[in-house]
Amino acid sequence: MLKHLSKTFKRTALATAMVLGPVTMASAQQVELTMYYPVAVGGALTKVVDGLVAGFSKENPGIKVNAIYAGNYNDARIKALAALKSGKPAQLSVMFSIDIYELIEQGAIVAFDDIVETDDEKAWLKKFYPALMENGITQNKTWGIPFQRSTIVMYYNKDAFRAAGLDAEKPPATWDELVAAGKKLTKADGSQWGMMIPSTGYPYWMFGALTKQNGQTLMNGSGNETYFDKPATIEALQFWKDLGSKEGVMPKGTIEWGTLRQNFLDQKTAIMWHSTGNLTKVKSSAKFDFGVAMLPAKKSRGTPTGGGNFYIFDKTTPAERKAALKLIRYMTSPERTAEWSIKTGYIGTRPDAYKTDALKKYVVEFPPAAVARDQLEFATAELSTYQTGRVRKLLDDAIQAALTGSKSPEEALTSAQKQADRLLKKYR
Amino acid sequence: MSEQKGSMNHVYGWLLLLPAMVFLTAFTYYPMVSTLFMSFFSDGTAIRPSAFVGLENYQFLLEDEIFWKVLVNNLWYAAGTIPTSIAIALMMAIWVNNRLPARGLVRMAYFTPTVLPMIAVANIWLFFYTPEIGLFDQIGSVFGFPSQNWLGDPELVLGSIIVMTVWKEAGFFMIFYLAALQSLSPELEEAAHLEGASRWYIFRRITFPLLMPTTLFVTINAVINSVKMVDHLFILTKGGPDNASSLLLYYIFEVAFSFLDEAYASALTVVLLVVLAIIAVGQFTLMDKRIHYR
Repeated sequence: MLKHLSKTFKRTALATAMVLGPVTMASAQQVELTMYYPVAVGGALTKVVDGLVAGFSKENPGIKVNAIYAGNYNDARIKALAALKSGKPAQLSVMFSIDIYELIEQGAIVAFDDIVETDDEKAWLKKFYPALMENGITQNKTWGIPFQRSTIVMYYNKDAFRAAGLDAEKPPATWDELVAAGKKLTKADGSQWGMMIPSTGYPYWMFGALTKQNGQTLMNGSGNETYFDKPATIEALQFWKDLGSKEGVMPKGTIEWGTLRQNFLDQKTAIMWHSTGNLTKVKSSAKFDFGVAMLPAKKSRGTPTGGGNFYIFDKTTPAERKAALKLIRYMTSPERTAEWSIKTGYIGTRPDAYKTDALKKYVVEFPPAAVARDQLEFATAELSTYQTGRVRKLLDDAIQAALTGSKSPEEALTSAQKQADRLLKKYR
Repeated sequence: MSEQKGSMNHVYGWLLLLPAMVFLTAFTYYPMVSTLFMSFFSDGTAIRPSAFVGLENYQFLLEDEIFWKVLVNNLWYAAGTIPTSIAIALMMAIWVNNRLPARGLVRMAYFTPTVLPMIAVANIWLFFYTPEIGLFDQIGSVFGFPSQNWLGDPELVLGSIIVMTVWKEAGFFMIFYLAALQSLSPELEEAAHLEGASRWYIFRRITFPLLMPTTLFVTINAVINSVKMVDHLFILTKGGPDNASSLLLYYIFEVAFSFLDEAYASALTVVLLVVLAIIAVGQFTLMDKRIHYR
């Protein structure tokens, strides 16, 4: 505990220093912005962000931007909220798209509707894929602008498909086809499983895909009601459990998020559901022919979105808000979005980014990049409510309890819903 | 003169204490008191400011199923790690205290796990435990055992984590036992030999009692570690599946930094502090009496 406390203290001190430093230095005309951003998938992303910021500074000499790498999504949120409590937060930040209710409740962020003035700016708010905006809009206002966003896709081993007598160019498109293909792909000696859906780390995220495919969302748009005990939700969890316990195409118990990619690369599973964030790594490491497909459908196709949005903090001057808006518009312009998407593997957040030459060419060269884009049509918001950490854990625990057989799906989800109701009652 | 000297001693004393006092107050006592204070308030947000709620947080704690589950988990974790790691440490220490070829190498091998950072260890063991491709499953498959989902099965996960912790800790405790063994005077053993005592008898009646001060020290460390070390959970299981491997401190972290409920996290922390205080008092009063200090 002591370690955590002192860490928190250091973070607070650091954040305060970061925030107070620039403010005292800022002169009258020069606006100085501090921006936190998280990196969830590691690697050279900090360089890409620095490059984008440098490009912005060149075009806007009057605005100085300090882009500060703030750890993972959780760290970034803790840092931003610590800075807020210490008096003055940064001016803008990239944070988890699902942190929106927490940030609103803390009074930390300002809606973009209150900043945009010109028609051009107002029109800009409508330029993004609607599915990616779902996590950023509540109370009829836009609070977050999509930036580093991903979805779940299905990776499959084409060689294994051929070996099992399946058409490698026709990945399963429905739940029934998935089970049928899984049975053919599962080897009796246990050396290869048909499929794996990870159930540690972010079980609620994978489950969001299954429920959407079954025609059900997990929560309302106001973030104060969950639908964990709806029949379609229970049915989706039953299906997930059955893949392991009844159909035998997936290992029983939970499947580790962190090692799943290695399982796929070692050909221990022919199909995996995973974030688009793994594309680049799978592409460079797979020693076999692999394909990427949309997730299959029950009633429709479906996946939740994931990733980070831009937020502007509430404690900012009008001049800083304008400057922050300018920066965000620069970072999300079609050209920059295309560059960002190609370099990172994240989805291009707006349709016109895919009309740029750079991204057009990239999609032709690397078709999996288009799968994530095309799937956006069927995408829904990632689970996000008030008290989001607690509500998410309720669902995570229920999923794991069902998958490990300690509770039935109905029992687990009904109890999770009851507890979520208790938490969310005061927000209705 | 003597009076002045006395008062100067007084000042020296305080000055010598000052650095430790400042740091202990800032990082131990002040947080403890403020934690206790915060545990009587509700969690504040911009919309709903924090308010005095008395014992409500503790009330919630009694009804919180997860709290009881992690508490029981923690007891099992302590019961699983403390005696085993101490016993293994003692055995390893006696073994490497003998004259054997490449003694330095063996000692180093036993100590290596201690040197590695917990996060790195957890990342390695994550792959050891992975079904099918992991080390344990591959060894098992040679002997015809079926594949086990070590970290994904609620029956196995806590045991798996205990095994890893013992592996990590035993080498550290071995160092203390080794140092203690080397400071024992060989005459005692030689005298016992002359009397015709068996090796087991010598260990039971001479060596082990003389090692008691070390055992006390090691036990206290092991107890502290069993509530303090949760780094590996972040990598291995995140407390799952369904809290089957969650420990008290990890749950506190979740409540404080994932749910951002500082008030309830404070109440949990107070419980943790009280439990630790009781154990510490018990250890010192009960065990102290049975220890031979030289």
